[in-house]
Amino acid sequence: MQVPSHVEYERATSVEHALALLGRPDHRVLAGGHSLIPMMKLRLAQPGVLVDINGLAELAHIRENGGQLCIGALARHADLLDSEKAGQHYPIFHDAERVVADPIVRLWGTIGGSLCQADPSEDLSAVFAAVRATAVIRGQDGDREVPVREFHLGPYETVIGPGELLAEIRVPVQPGSGSAYEKVARRVGDWSVAAAGAVLQLGKGTVKQAGIGLTAVAAEHFVAAEAEDFLRGKPATEENFEKAAKIAAEHCHPIPDQRGPEDYKRHLVAELTTRALRRAAGRAAARAARRAKT
Amino acid sequence: MTTGFGRMLRKEDQRFVRGQGTYVDDVHLPGMLFGAVLRSPHPHARIVSIDTVAAEAHPKVKAVITGKTLKERDLAWMPTLAGDRQAVLATDKVRFQGQEVAFVVAEDHYAARDALELIDVEYEPLPAVADARRALDPDAPIVRDDITNKTSNHIFDWESGDAERTDQVFRDAEVTVSQDMLYPRVHPAPLETCGIVADFNQVSGKLTVWATSQAPHAHRTLYSMVTGVPEHKIRVISPDIGGGFGNKVPIYPGYLCAITGSMITGRPVKWMEDRSENLMSTCFARDFHMRGELAASRDGKIRAVRVTVLADHGAFNGAAQPTKYPAGFFGVFTGSYDLEAAHCQVTAVYTNKAPGGVAYSCSFRITEAVYLVERMVDVLAFELGLDPAELRMRNLLRPEQFPYTCQTGWVYDSGDYPRTLRLAMDMAGYEDLRKEQEAERARGHLVGIGVSFFTEAVGAGPRKHMDILGIGMADGVELRVHPTGTAVLRISVQTQGQGHETTFAQIVAEELGLAPDDVEVVHGDTDQTPFGLGTYGSRSTPVSGAATAIVARKVRERARIVAAAMLEVDPDDLEWEDRRWSVKGDPDSGRTIAEIAWAAHSNLELPDGVEGQLDATCVYNPPNLTFPFGAYICVVDVDPGTGKVDVRRFIAVDDCGVRINPMIVEGQVHGGLADGIGMALMESIAFDADGNCLGGSFMDYLLPTSLECPSWELGATVTPSPHHPIGAKGVGESATVGSPPAVVNAVIDALRPYGVRHADMPLTPAQVWRAIQGRPFRTDLAIS
Amino acid sequence: MRVAVTVNGTEYARDVEPRLLLIHFLRDELGLTGSHWGCDTSNCGSCVVWLDETPVKACTVLAAMADGRSVRTVEDLARDGQLDPVQQGFIECHGLQCGFCTPGMMMTARWLLDRNPDPAEAEIREVLSGLLCRCTGYENIVRSVRWAAEHPGGST
Repeated sequence: MQVPSHVEYERATSVEHALALLGRPDHRVLAGGHSLIPMMKLRLAQPGVLVDINGLAELAHIRENGGQLCIGALARHADLLDSEKAGQHYPIFHDAERVVADPIVRLWGTIGGSLCQADPSEDLSAVFAAVRATAVIRGQDGDREVPVREFHLGPYETVIGPGELLAEIRVPVQPGSGSAYEKVARRVGDWSVAAAGAVLQLGKGTVKQAGIGLTAVAAEHFVAAEAEDFLRGKPATEENFEKAAKIAAEHCHPIPDQRGPEDYKRHLVAELTTRALRRAAGRAAARAARRAKT
Repeated sequence: MTTGFGRMLRKEDQRFVRGQGTYVDDVHLPGMLFGAVLRSPHPHARIVSIDTVAAEAHPKVKAVITGKTLKERDLAWMPTLAGDRQAVLATDKVRFQGQEVAFVVAEDHYAARDALELIDVEYEPLPAVADARRALDPDAPIVRDDITNKTSNHIFDWESGDAERTDQVFRDAEVTVSQDMLYPRVHPAPLETCGIVADFNQVSGKLTVWATSQAPHAHRTLYSMVTGVPEHKIRVISPDIGGGFGNKVPIYPGYLCAITGSMITGRPVKWMEDRSENLMSTCFARDFHMRGELAASRDGKIRAVRVTVLADHGAFNGAAQPTKYPAGFFGVFTGSYDLEAAHCQVTAVYTNKAPGGVAYSCSFRITEAVYLVERMVDVLAFELGLDPAELRMRNLLRPEQFPYTCQTGWVYDSGDYPRTLRLAMDMAGYEDLRKEQEAERARGHLVGIGVSFFTEAVGAGPRKHMDILGIGMADGVELRVHPTGTAVLRISVQTQGQGHETTFAQIVAEELGLAPDDVEVVHGDTDQTPFGLGTYGSRSTPVSGAATAIVARKVRERARIVAAAMLEVDPDDLEWEDRRWSVKGDPDSGRTIAEIAWAAHSNLELPDGVEGQLDATCVYNPPNLTFPFGAYICVVDVDPGTGKVDVRRFIAVDDCGVRINPMIVEGQVHGGLADGIGMALMESIAFDADGNCLGGSFMDYLLPTSLECPSWELGATVTPSPHHPIGAKGVGESATVGSPPAVVNAVIDALRPYGVRHADMPLTPAQVWRAIQGRPFRTDLAIS
Repeated sequence: MRVAVTVNGTEYARDVEPRLLLIHFLRDELGLTGSHWGCDTSNCGSCVVWLDETPVKACTVLAAMADGRSVRTVEDLARDGQLDPVQQGFIECHGLQCGFCTPGMMMTARWLLDRNPDPAEAEIREVLSGLLCRCTGYENIVRSVRWAAEHPGGST
């Protein structure tokens, strides 16, 4: 097997300790390790010191707090998939987690780790962009909040600086919203060929707010902003979903690779965005119907 | 009453479920060192210089070996199984991405990897031949300029069948169809990679090798020829092997480097390749660019098959097949049908890719042959508007035609083909599926039903026709019954998961009336077993299984003589009944093999010329190959919006003759069916225009998981082989041969409303969608 | 650095390089060769062991991360010489051929059955979808797990 080059290891005993260590040069966060360690084995990453934060229980929660779903950066993919609360508010989380990696990797990979890895094919980046989440970044001077839509600077690059740690992702709870995620991969566990996530707030059959996230097609900040703008205020009809999806497909930048040629990926964006919008609307309507009964 | 054959749990499982298997990487010897290979990042480049000074200075490094080191030992090149030669470590040029350039020996495997980064190689990159279809262009770069007077990338031309008669039939025929199709480069990818522990003892001059080898004796002979160590001083041990599938037939440069490392350092050297090395440098499979043609009558009688093939062999011709068959057994592209004529022409070329070609349960290129003919039958069905199962039923060979000599000279031994196809159709509910398909099509849903009928040819082979590097493919076997009545069977073939410790014991049990648990099967150690050519091409049952039955019968016949002496009768007065030799008509007089064994070792007086003890040997030269066959039906659902294919059902009816252990037969079939899904839908090693390998990890080379595979539905018919002592035919590769066309036929069938006639594997969602648009793409190149 | 890991109930303390992968710690340092490795990219699952009662691909964690924690490997499935029902199921149902993926499959199956004693076939396939097998086509692996579910006390 390929193995990492030499590295040093520190185990953080508290968030403060972690931050202090991360302020030093060439120190890198080690959470689940399921993005970093494979890269180290291939020697694509050669950090000087790993700061193991797995013991920091205060970052591992999933809870609801004042109208927000608060997901600790150390929550594992499996935790999010198992969270009934998260799934009730946003089925998009469950749709997506079901198709991230594989069941064993999901037991160890963390939400924060995935977002910070910033792979252009990371499903959760599009999902958190679609739900308009906020990243809470902790530094030695306290917390700062960055919308997830501004969190990524480019492939494998985020706004997190030295001496900082992603602590939590906060998602506004929107009663009555519907959401869904649609992904195509060549095989279970493979990165997306393309994927689309949709979050809809409906009112009397009209789209009050739309969030559309796209994976693996170099959409700016993983968002189909033009498609969102088109849909806002329009009736939530199949025809409008298809139009929005077409706009989403026109405004991304898929690269041909062994997963598929550009025309196919663009088609997929349109197809999957339509499907995600359709399912999100259906879920929103179902929720509204349930609330009308009570 | 049989004691031997039947469903029996495996003896070898006891150690595996406890994690007590011994695979090569589990072998640990005192003082053992670890090797690592430095590989070329360039597909084609001249080597300007190699600087190993820094690597040699690493405190844990014991030796650094380069092509120069090996040249001094006449080891820089080694013969391949196809009569070519392959670089062990590159001297002048590197000829494929991943080719071996240097070998480090260090105290632990982490340090060995670190030391690789300290070797400085200066390359002068050269243009590469990455597209096989351009390999014979006049301006193509020459890959093998190491061969005197080589001015092209052409390796050989080979043909089979009657060109003139075939052309005549094509001229006459009412209907002809033709289709280009690629069988992409794929890889056996067993879960355990290849590796070796080499231990050369400088005092005794003995070389002991633990290796992932499917053919330990053949390896021993080759090591002797290549290293100069006399063969009686070499011991090759294949311990437990984590899957072979043909990947572990060849000798790889890493093995010779480890042996050299051990000779230089005087210590054992272990080398285990990683997965990227396995995928990028060990023997690939297939890579046949084929043009198939069928000639038929309008009412669906298939008359002739014609095919031309461009075979991409990579940078060295390392294809592993019997010498007289440079294109393996591709000659059975005649398939399962009664033809008037057939002809094929194969042109092989060098490219800047890893060597190989024959692997991944191909039965020596029968995967390619069956894919060709079964796709063509569907193309014909498409053209004529006939149901593919019906078209096959009209053309399948009839039982009374066997033994059947096909148009390329192969003598199929036995078969009732229509019965097998009918059983598969009944199990599938074929007619109902067609009705469902029609109803679903009306609603815009795509359901596909694919049929594949294959004839396999396994059990290489008669020594007159078949040899590997001049060594006839006859295998030896030794059976000894101990005084207390249990037995040891020593075989030459090499299990990599096929359950030989159980099935071969069952054969002996069946012949001698012993309990299978009382028969120990010894294999995998050349010091303890007779010579043979190993396990691949599904040959264990047809060859070594036959040898085992014969040697057991020899033992039984010797036991007859001993029993006659015990009973003081003439041997002709005895009959073998109920696991005993008894006087005819007097069952109470019967003696079991155990009782006879004791007597044979005792002071019982035996007739002149009859030796004591109870053992026999046999070298079995098979009179012919055996011809397993089967009918497969695959049902898929295709999402036209995404191109995603879901395999809903797979029905497989196999006929491998007499089944020694149905449980093991079914397991073999299950595994091969998964291969079909893999190749049809996701597996391929493509190259970009510069020759960069795009399938070098399990993130790129995708294997099917438990979720892509349906619950297999198996059936069986039994048509014994007339020439095999047990009537068994072998089954190891049948499902890998028969399943890819079933899956591809199903997907193309699903796309019928779009007029799709063909698209190349792998039928990924992108390829399916593109096929629907009428623009499928080449899958051997980078997608652009 | 010094790591102390409890493996199959016994604590082992060793000096190791921080970069040492857990799979190599188990195989090379402790001689527990029942867990295997088969790829470079965390895809094949032949290295699956338990880390603190949770299956993990041991090629993707450092031994250092297991410091102070507990690991369970295939060698611990049998207790007092008695095979675990999962092990028996794999024998009964021919769930293994070459045996290389088997330890990972069994450790995953054991974890699944501890959480859900009666999983449907679909759930079994889902849970095993991160482990590769080249020999069995998965059918008999699924049957083996079902056997273990139906015989929680093992065979008679």
